[in-house]
Order: sequence, then C-alpha cells, then structure tokens
Amino acid sequence: MLKRSFHILVLVMLVFVVGGSVLAQDEPIEITVGGMNAGVEVDWINNVVAPAFEEMMAAEGKTVTVQALETPGTGEQIRQQFVLDLGVGEGADILAFDGFWLPEFVEGGLIQPLSALVGDAALEWEGWSVTPEGLQNILSFGGELYGIARGTDARVIWYRTDLFEQAGLPADWQPTSWDELLDAARTIKEALPDVTPLQLNAGTAMGEATTMQGYLMALLGAGQHIYDFEAGKWIASSPAILDTLNLYQTIYVTEELGDARYQLTQDGRDRSFEDFSNGTVAMLVEGDYLWRGPLAPVGGNFPMEDRDELVSFAMMPAIEPGAGYNGQDFVTISGGTGFILNPNTEHPEEAWALLSYMFSREALEGLQELQPRIRARTDVPVTGDETMSRIAEQVLPLTTIRPQLPEYNQVSAEAQLMTERVVSGEMSPEEAMAAFDEAVTALVGEENVIRIPIE
Amino acid sequence: MFILPALIFVAVFLIYPFFSIFAMSFTNQTLVGAGAANTQFIGLDNYAELFNFDRWMRRGELGYSLLLTAQFVIGSALIGQAGLGMLLATLFHNRKGLLRETIFTIAIAAWLIPDVVVAFGWFAYLAPDGTLNAFLNTLGIQGQDWLFDYPMISIIAFNTWRGTAFSMLLFSSALGSIPPSQLETADVIGANAWQKFRDILLPQLSRYILTDLLLITLWTFNTFTPFLLTGGGPTFQTDLISIYTYRTGLQFFQFGKGSAIAVVVMIINLLLAGVYLTLSQSRRRA
Repeated sequence: MLKRSFHILVLVMLVFVVGGSVLAQDEPIEITVGGMNAGVEVDWINNVVAPAFEEMMAAEGKTVTVQALETPGTGEQIRQQFVLDLGVGEGADILAFDGFWLPEFVEGGLIQPLSALVGDAALEWEGWSVTPEGLQNILSFGGELYGIARGTDARVIWYRTDLFEQAGLPADWQPTSWDELLDAARTIKEALPDVTPLQLNAGTAMGEATTMQGYLMALLGAGQHIYDFEAGKWIASSPAILDTLNLYQTIYVTEELGDARYQLTQDGRDRSFEDFSNGTVAMLVEGDYLWRGPLAPVGGNFPMEDRDELVSFAMMPAIEPGAGYNGQDFVTISGGTGFILNPNTEHPEEAWALLSYMFSREALEGLQELQPRIRARTDVPVTGDETMSRIAEQVLPLTTIRPQLPEYNQVSAEAQLMTERVVSGEMSPEEAMAAFDEAVTALVGEENVIRIPIE
Repeated sequence: MFILPALIFVAVFLIYPFFSIFAMSFTNQTLVGAGAANTQFIGLDNYAELFNFDRWMRRGELGYSLLLTAQFVIGSALIGQAGLGMLLATLFHNRKGLLRETIFTIAIAAWLIPDVVVAFGWFAYLAPDGTLNAFLNTLGIQGQDWLFDYPMISIIAFNTWRGTAFSMLLFSSALGSIPPSQLETADVIGANAWQKFRDILLPQLSRYILTDLLLITLWTFNTFTPFLLTGGGPTFQTDLISIYTYRTGLQFFQFGKGSAIAVVVMIINLLLAGVYLTLSQSRRRA
C-alpha cells in the first residue's frame, strides 16, 4: 500500500517537472533590475528602456520583458539585501551596485566577472572603447570586469545663497582654508540663530556617507588619505586624522556650528537634505547627488523649484592653501556606481544585452536629458546643467578614489565610529584616534598599518 | 518508534543549529570578504575579543550592551511590567465595571498588536512634533526629542506599555483563586489595604510571581522590537544585546563573532532560568 502511494507520488512529481519545463519554453523571459530607490532611473528603465529593448528582442524572435524593481532603504540596507540574496543564489538579474562593495563580494565568492558569465560578447562591447580606464575600474577587481559604471561623482560644499546674503556673506563664495569655512559658519550662527550653519557628515548611522562626504573630505584637506597607496598600508594614526577630529569637535561640540542630531539619528541624512531644501541648513558637504537627486526640481524627494537660483557650491578647501592631499589647495573624492550581472541569472545573455543597451550612446543620451550627470562614456557629455558641467570641469580634476580593497568597508566603518565618538562627546579626538588605531590594527594586522608621529 | 518523528524534528531544528552555532563561534567565518572563501579555526579568539576588558565598557561593545540590557530588563520587565501588572491586578481585584474593562482591554490590545505597527505608532508618538509633545505643549510644558535625548527611558516606557498585560492577567487570575473569606475576615479585624496585600495576597501570589518574572525576564532580555524605534542609537545608547548580535552578524556578516555572542547570550539565558528555577524549588521545599 505504502509502496504504491509512493509510486503515485513520484509519478505526480514527474508530471509537474516535465510539464513545468515544457510550459517554461513558452513563457517570456523576464529580466529584472534591482537595487535602486524609486526615482528618475527606475522610471527611465520601466518607461523608456523596457519598451525599446523589448521591441529589439522581438525583432530577434525573443519574447523578453524588462522590469526595474524599486528597492527601498539606504545603501547599507541594500548591500545587506544583496549579500543575503546572493548568498542563497537569489536576486534580480541585474543589480545596481556601488563600486566599493565589489572587492569583498568578489572575495566572498558572491559575484562573477563578465568574462565568466557572458564571455567574449561582453568584453568586445563597443562602449569600452569610449569609457576611460579609470571609470571602467569602478566595477572591476583583480583585472576582471564585473559590470558597467553609471559614471562618477565629486563632493563639494553646497550652500544656500539666500541665507548667505541674509547673513551678509557674498553669494559668490569660495573659502581657501578651514578657518575661512568656519568663519562663514560663525557669521551665519550669529546673524541667523534659527539656521544650522554647517553639516559635515559624521557618525555610524549615515554609513558610507559619513566616510565619503565627511571624514575623507576633511582628511584629504589635512593632507592625507585613509590608505598609503605607495606603502600599501592603512594609516592608523597621524596628525591629519587628529586635525580632522579637531575640526569635527569645533563644529559639533565646542562651537556648535553644526547640529549633531543629524549625524546621530537613523534618518539624519534625509533630514539634513530636507532642512537644506527648506532653508534651515546653510552649508552641506555632499556629493553632486544632492543636486541632481534629492533637490531636483522634478523627481527629487525634497524638490526645490528655485534650486538653480538659491543653491550654489564651493570647493572644499585644504586646512591651509597647498596643505591638502598631493599638495592641493582644494580637495574632493569620487565614488562610482553602476550595474553588475547577478551570477544566478538564468538568462545571462539577455541580461547582458539589456545592460549594454542601457549604456549604449543612444539610450544614455535619453537618460542624460532626464538627469544630467557625469557619465562614464566620453561620447555622452553633461548637457543642459551648468552646475553639473562646472563640477565636471573644475572639481573632477582634483579627485581621488577610495582604496579598492576587501578590508576597506570595515576600516571605513571604524572611521565612522571614530567620528561618532567625537561628535557625541564620548571621547576626545586623541582618545578616539587611539581607539581607531587599535581597531584597525586588529582588523588588518600590525604589518599592514603605519603610524605617522604627531610632532 | 512513535516519538521518532519528534526526535528527528528536534534534532534538525534545535540540536543541529545549536551545535553548528557553537562550532562556528570558534571560526572566523564571514559571508563577505576573505573569511567567506577561506574559513579558519581560530580557537577562542572571538571570545577573547568579546571579553577584552580594556574596551568592553565602550559604547558599542559587549559589556556596555549587557549593562544596557540589564537596565532595560530591570526597568521595563521587573519594575515596569511586573510592578504595573501587579498594581493593576490588585487594584481591580474583586471589582467590576467600565473602568476595569477599559483598562484591561487597552492593556491586552497593547499586547496583541503586531510589533511593527506598535513601533510605528510609538515612533510617531515620541517624535519631536509627535502626539506626546503636542499634548505636553497644551499643558504649557516644553516638548522633548524623546528618542534622542532620553532613548533608554523611552524604550523602557514602550516595553512596559507593550507587555504589562501578560503579568496583569496572570496575577489577576491567581488572585481570583484566593478565597474571598480570607479578605473578609481581615476586614472584620480592621486590617488596612497594605496589610491585606502584604499578609494575604502576596504570600499566595509568590509562586506566580516567580513564574512571571522568569518568563518576562527572558522575553525582555531577547526582545528586538526597540530596534524599530531607535536602531540601537543614538550612539549605541539603546544597543541591547539582541541588537548588538544583529549588528555583528548582519552588518558585517561576521558569522563567527556573531555566533560567539549568541553562545554567550544562550548561557546567560540558561543562568537566568537556573536562578529562578532554584528559587522556586527552594520555596516549594520551605
């Protein structure tokens, strides 16, 4: 009796398996794109790219549908989702990916290069010849390409010209040292007591935004990077780190030129965008993302109709002229994001076809009209946005990048923690740097750190 | 033979995970980075790192997290839930009416609503421009950014509100089993309310109190819901042990170290249960 029902069970399962695979051949191929917050790009893929690409595929006799899925949450939360999805062999076919995540995902065996997933077709793509190598490298590691970069960015001090004028400061403003930056903040604090003069990102709640828009912008201004590229070692303690932490202490603790609340609460970054947008924060050190994303008059989360009149930017000065990283007067740092193929995709060829179509000149020019920014392709320039063009011309030549190393993410998190300890008043700059030194040494090993003595 | 399925079930879902966590706690396993592809046995290193007494009272470390958890358990479970539950149960003992029904219904509702809904509600309630501040302002009291300036008090109040119903119901039904004649006799000889509580109700409740404390201590010790309110912050001031474990395990996917924390938490849970069980045993013998 038992044996017989077992046979029936096997039979039923076989019918399902065979039937399922027969049915699957008739089903259209669905390619999904995941990892983006709602916004211009998701709409672009769903409303512009999808119909054009589906038509292209239909001409080749394939039924393909494309869907961009909104992924809510911060960069950290999306990264967390990717690790968990990829760890169990799941996830969208194409993933919007931040370049600095790449090394640890590769080391963890979670993703695979284009050469393995697609083969020559991907390596012979027409777009590579018009993409500078530095921008190809955003999504490459160990000599292998993993995806196509959207483009790059740069970080500056965004400020409200209306508040500057009310406080008696020039609307056309460019500080040349940290003192001049702090003086402007002091003037605003005095003239406009209800306005928070200056936010320089700090704290663990903002994650990588703290490292890129806050810590590294100050550290580079003080003359050093987080990593010594020549020696190949992490800098665990240095006068520049101390200068940076002292700057944080001045801004948030001793003079209260910024409000630590933004830095220590969970939704602090969005709150700072919102308050900049409605005119209660005067200066915000941020990437060009702030301009083209949250503040965008159309499609922004905190849209400013009069953005072009009321918002301007200044370059981040070194602590003193000529004392910045590489002897520069002004500093900035670039990141880069893009799209990679999920190694678990069932249709790598079609996924690659979609990805390379998204980054064809024709498609990208369409996106450039909706959201002008610095694209990876040199044949797609920034058009129609004077501010973005100025960033590309004036600021981008000064830039540097983060070390593309698997340990970076954890060292960066320790740097965030170090700034949090200072701005919350838990530790003095010296104590915080000592704790950072200890933690980084434990992470990467004594042989991989250097310490620059403090005179 | 008949218990075999149950044994397999227990083995697959309890014993195997427990031992795999225990084993993992001696490795440097991670989900990303080099530790993922090349997991190594590292002995007691994870534990040494957790119990590094030079820095374990720093914010965001194990010792600090345990201290916060102790404050949270004492404040919200022992004083908050058990204390308030006892008060409500005693006040409304042998009474009926609209007030009792209203209070009991509110307490039970607070206990039954799903976590995420409750957390959103409290988030809105405690926000700088939230309901609580609006109410205080009408009384002429200056509002506060509660979750930022008083994070621990906020989550203690939250968890007390959330869980009082259990203790209240347990004590209330226990009180129902005490013969009314005892209290009536006490009334005849002129005992006051406190004397009645101390000499009649409390001794007969003691067994239930221990059971209640055991359960709510363990629940509160392991609860994760405050994360939805504060995310463990600001600056780790509500970094309860459950949140600490989550951060280590899922932010950097350090499964080895995360497992070591889980083992420590399991041992603490066993110790707590042991203390309560020993107490109740000795009471029963006495």
